[in-house]
Amino acid sequence: MATTVPDHFQGNVDHHAHADHDHKPSFFARWFMSTNHKDIGTMYLIFAIFAGIIGGLFSGMMRVELAEPGIQYLDIFARWFGATNPDFNSTLHVWNVLITAHGLIMVFFMVMPAMIGGFGNWFVPLMIGAPDMAFPRMNNISFWLTVAGFISLLCSAFVPGGTGLGAGTGWTVYAPLSTSGSPGPAVDFGIFALHLAGAGSIMGAINFITTIFNMRAPGMTMHKMPLFVWSVLVTAFLLLLSLPVLAAAITMLLTDRNFGTTFFDPSGGGDPVLYQHLFWFFGHPEVYIMILPGFGIISQIVSTFSKKPVFGYLGMAYAMVAIGVVGFIVWAHHMYATGMSVNTKMYFTAATMVIAVPTGIKIFSWIATMWGGSVEFKSPMVWAIGFIFLFTVGGVTGVVLANGGVDDVLHDTYYVVAHFHYVLSLGAVTALFAGFYYWFPKMSGRMHSEFLAHVHFWIFFIGVNMIFFPMHFLGLQGMPRRYPDYAEAYQHWNHVATIGYMVMATSLVVWLINMIYAFSAGRKAEDSYWGEGATTLEWTLSSPPPFHQFETLPVIEEAAHH
Amino acid sequence: MILGKTVPTLGEAAKALDLSSVAARSLLARSLVVAAFSSTLAVSSAIAAPAAEATSAGSYTPMKPTPGIGMPVEGGIGLQQQYSKLGEYGEWIHDGVLMPIITVITLFVLLLLVIIAVRYNRRANPVASKTSHNTILEVVWTLVPVLILIGIAVPSIDLIAKQYKPAPKGALTIKVTGNQWFWTYGYPDNGDFEVVSNMLNLPGQPTINNGVREVGSQPWDGPSHLEVDNRMVVPVGEPIRLQITAADVIHSFAVPSLWFKLDAVPGRINEKVLLVEKPGVYYGQCSELCGAKHGYMPIAVEALPRPQYDAWVLTHAGGVIDGQKPAAAAAAPAAPAAVATEAASEAPAADSTAAATAE
Repeated sequence: MATTVPDHFQGNVDHHAHADHDHKPSFFARWFMSTNHKDIGTMYLIFAIFAGIIGGLFSGMMRVELAEPGIQYLDIFARWFGATNPDFNSTLHVWNVLITAHGLIMVFFMVMPAMIGGFGNWFVPLMIGAPDMAFPRMNNISFWLTVAGFISLLCSAFVPGGTGLGAGTGWTVYAPLSTSGSPGPAVDFGIFALHLAGAGSIMGAINFITTIFNMRAPGMTMHKMPLFVWSVLVTAFLLLLSLPVLAAAITMLLTDRNFGTTFFDPSGGGDPVLYQHLFWFFGHPEVYIMILPGFGIISQIVSTFSKKPVFGYLGMAYAMVAIGVVGFIVWAHHMYATGMSVNTKMYFTAATMVIAVPTGIKIFSWIATMWGGSVEFKSPMVWAIGFIFLFTVGGVTGVVLANGGVDDVLHDTYYVVAHFHYVLSLGAVTALFAGFYYWFPKMSGRMHSEFLAHVHFWIFFIGVNMIFFPMHFLGLQGMPRRYPDYAEAYQHWNHVATIGYMVMATSLVVWLINMIYAFSAGRKAEDSYWGEGATTLEWTLSSPPPFHQFETLPVIEEAAHH
Repeated sequence: MILGKTVPTLGEAAKALDLSSVAARSLLARSLVVAAFSSTLAVSSAIAAPAAEATSAGSYTPMKPTPGIGMPVEGGIGLQQQYSKLGEYGEWIHDGVLMPIITVITLFVLLLLVIIAVRYNRRANPVASKTSHNTILEVVWTLVPVLILIGIAVPSIDLIAKQYKPAPKGALTIKVTGNQWFWTYGYPDNGDFEVVSNMLNLPGQPTINNGVREVGSQPWDGPSHLEVDNRMVVPVGEPIRLQITAADVIHSFAVPSLWFKLDAVPGRINEKVLLVEKPGVYYGQCSELCGAKHGYMPIAVEALPRPQYDAWVLTHAGGVIDGQKPAAAAAAPAAPAAVATEAASEAPAADSTAAATAE
């Protein structure tokens, strides 16, 4: 270890009290060859915001097209991507490129980098009292592989992908649409993007597991770790176990596409449904990868602003472990319509419903944490309460969809779109904003405007509900997913959803204004600016924390219980 | 793709000419099959028509769908009205079991959050309690959801079991094939003819299917985006064995008002029973992303009483009923079939009125 540590790491004196005297490397070395978990976390967050804006613009393009029946804008978008005189098929292909890119960007390049790469990198070492991550250089390559993956995905939009430019396979990349159905290099670029982002995530997972197991401060036992650290630990295991399966599946796609193999081609003895099993064996844990760190963030915030320890700490920690374990044995509920056997369908129905139990424990434990508390409705808390409600709505529709027999009418309709946006767009993203307002002053040293943060919340809350609640109605009425055009009967609620998008977009403007305010006029943040309720170790440090922290390891006393 | 669709069409046309003396060829020019095809075909049918007209009035006219039945309704917020036993059962599980439970749970959580905001805010409760454990409470909120889920699972598992009940021996088999981007319906029990089903073009929009008319150009056309040139016609009230597959990529055969969705996977044949309870036209759409025109390959199932279904079968070249040649089978049901058409197209309308009154 000692031989690999960069110069600036050695010979440090204790910077605890005087952060200004950090020996920071030069700009290029600091941001491009970074080995500092906080700098890498910052880069992940900036990257996730950038990717989120692109992914969000794509969803805006989809919503304007869906505002009324017929095709109004897709040929314009086709020209944006570089098509000259697009025919009708390549115009429609743009739609599929948009849904594919929106899904992949939001999953792999927005939520995951922000939750795990951003907040995980920043706060796991701070919360366990460690000076940095276990493998700082691997941390760096994790980040840059993610960036490379994103560039590869963007490249795919400008090369042929079958009926038009770009990969139009959906984020699930189902064969044979992604093999024989999409000639041209676009899908290969997309697969390569997943390989790169996946490799980055696997290395990140190894880093977190090692850090959490080996670098906790003296006295911090596993059962004293903050719940955010628990959530990242479970997430890292899910990543480590599921991503290799995705890598295998998409590698088989590559060889089917380019080297004449027939893993997923029935004409050579393969089976398209095999791909779906492999994909969802990864894909279902993946949805928990996206939400579990959010659970952790919400637990910290709810405890802080209720001025109470988390209710049922052990139950909360092991509920996440249970969600992670059960998450590996429910994958085929994404495939109820593929024609599986009756016993398989019954098993996956029952197993899927089991997940509601640990999830319910979490919801009720958050409520019990607030119950009897002295709750302060600061911006992170408002976002956290919003999360609890929105996640409940998304969770109960998940129970509906778990039923294989009911899924026969709801599968691949807007009901599913509503469900997973309630748990992701409204759940994970709300948790991200909650975490952002909670820790932004800690990371930047500047306070944001509480007023603007509240305005941001309420406009966002109204906007996203306007977008996604009517989608339940559309789905029950039978409107299929991934359609650029629809029967007139679906117009009313689609129109409402498009207006909702504009409301939501307005809230993001408020957020950006708040950021400009914070950096230009925000007052300096104190060490523990949320007051007595904030008990984890990051609040013992300055805001922002010193370049290197905890060179003298903090010791956790027996009494200081998480 | 265009070539692929035209070749069997011309083949049928040739056969139609050969059999033009057969009674069942009546009014071929008006029939659904011909209406959609190219002008060349229309000319050849016109030659066939006069001979047929003289012999029979037994005919098939596509049914006019009843607005709001078998299709989405403007601004609708619930499931489409169901027209199959399974659908009614599933609708009960959704509307009668799941929806009340999830609504109550969501409102309960909301209520607790409101109570917290009112009673446990900083001003109302300046000193926080330090309670962080309550074993009984934790056991309760683990066990109660388990019991609720068991309550849901019982009917839910039962529904799945019913869905997998195989078709009885001798049930009519229809072979459904998904293609980029249209459906074909094969009728092996009725002479193995095949129906190619394309979405009707939309007025004012680029042509979606070459040689197919625009929606609204015939009196029986249903909603745009959902209506097709040739519907999948099925006999009403009897179990039908649908065998579903795909020719290129994965598609999904879905009809919401019949509680039916099953993927069409290349290299596999997925089988499931369809039983439509009332005559009518039921619309659905492809429900698995299948490429550029995924949104433009709807499904229209037209359920007709047996005699009229038979008449429809006989409008197809090579159409056979009960293994018999058309000449014998067609003449007798011809007249009642026309009456049945009236009754059939009335039936869903009357039913919907009744339902509305009941509510």
